[in-house]
Amino acid sequence: MKLRITLAVAHRVLTQLRRDPRTVAMLLALPCLLISLLWWIYKDADPQLFDRIGPALLAIFPVIVMFLVTSVTTLRERSTGTLERLLAMPMGKLDFLVGYALAFGLVAAVQSVLAVAVSVGLLGLDVAGPLWLLTVVAVVDAVLGSALGLFVSAFARTEFQAVQFMPAIVIPQLLLCGLLVPRELLPDFLHAVSDLLPLSYAVDAMQHLTTSTSTAEVWRDVAVVAGFAVAGLALGAATLRRRTA
Amino acid sequence: MMKNAVEIRDLHVVRGVHTVLERLDLTIGGGVTGLLGPSGCGKSTLMRCLVGVQQVRGGTVEIFGRPAGSRPLRDRVGYVTQAVSVYHDLTVAENLRFFARVLGTDRAEVGRAIEAVDLQDYRNDVVGRLSGGQQSRASLAVALLDKPDLLVLDEPTVGLDPVLREDLWSLFHRLAADGVAVFVSSHVMDEAERCDRLLLMREGRIIADGTPAEIKARVGVDDVESAFLAIVREDAA
Repeated sequence: MKLRITLAVAHRVLTQLRRDPRTVAMLLALPCLLISLLWWIYKDADPQLFDRIGPALLAIFPVIVMFLVTSVTTLRERSTGTLERLLAMPMGKLDFLVGYALAFGLVAAVQSVLAVAVSVGLLGLDVAGPLWLLTVVAVVDAVLGSALGLFVSAFARTEFQAVQFMPAIVIPQLLLCGLLVPRELLPDFLHAVSDLLPLSYAVDAMQHLTTSTSTAEVWRDVAVVAGFAVAGLALGAATLRRRTA
Repeated sequence: MMKNAVEIRDLHVVRGVHTVLERLDLTIGGGVTGLLGPSGCGKSTLMRCLVGVQQVRGGTVEIFGRPAGSRPLRDRVGYVTQAVSVYHDLTVAENLRFFARVLGTDRAEVGRAIEAVDLQDYRNDVVGRLSGGQQSRASLAVALLDKPDLLVLDEPTVGLDPVLREDLWSLFHRLAADGVAVFVSSHVMDEAERCDRLLLMREGRIIADGTPAEIKARVGVDDVESAFLAIVREDAA
């Protein structure tokens, strides 16, 4: 791995994003708008519920958004031949993957700072733990989303297929992560399944942070999510083949 | 000038149920070597073998004495695929700066490569908005970065106008004169006249190999196109 090449990839990905202001606007504004919508929905019915679901959403947005963005952009690299060209150059697979993860991690950091500012500043979300840790968790979640997106892009031949992996990979995790029903109230089997899914730990981390001032559990959950992300990147690296048939 | 840039021995490539390259032996030296043949005859597959991105069933491909695709070769071999392998949402200059950073090349090379393909007036235009010919030149410019020792070009002149094709062939000869081994595929027969050495390919085999003059003399005709047709008929018989 060479730092020069990794940074070149990250810089290029960010330049491409800058060329596409509509995508940037959506990446940054949508999470804020959706969280505000959620707050509004529960405003009269059950204001306490926002305190439970809001943190989960702060974990879920970066995963979903980065999953989509990464799976489509990597698929594009595969189909236009730029990936083949890069792999014929002195480019390590990790340079490529970490470059992407850096760029999207940075976007996720900005995204989460905005979403946290809106949630805590405007919508009155109570956060017991340190606010900066919310951003750390969100960035790790974004890297997880990127890693998963990168991995599935190897199995999609078209952008349509890549987008369809979202309901296949992300929605089951969304249903089981504790957003709808706290995980300990799930049927035993589903609870056991949710223990194996990375998004559960991402949401746990956010929920610990908002309800408690102790950060030990948060770091443990972050470590689990990071472990999944590293495994996803390793699997993604295995799908980047220099030689193809 | 290097004696043999490329040495291929007993190369065998199967894709799906089709044998694309059959027990191929070939050496390529300096100068401009043209690979001609009908579409689907295995030209692109052979080129992919040279840059080491093709899975092969058997045989060896050595570039400057090292296995194709091995790490020390990756900044010595320039490769242009038929697809426009640059980022369509970046400008010409941004694309080249990115690839130059990957290659670890001096930034001055970027301007030189852009001038070599005559895109200096379009350097700050987004590639996706350029014409087809301009896009393929942008893709070619990437392969010219870092002064490669071997340049593998898969149909680089497709869709270009005659003036530009002429310019590019002059560029290939200038590069060859500087010591670069240039390996170009084409299915345009009039381009074949400009090669130092011609390889005619059909169904995964090289059916003729020599200077354009030698190939024409072999079957006693005046142009490469007739020679190619005569040799193909001879081969099929």
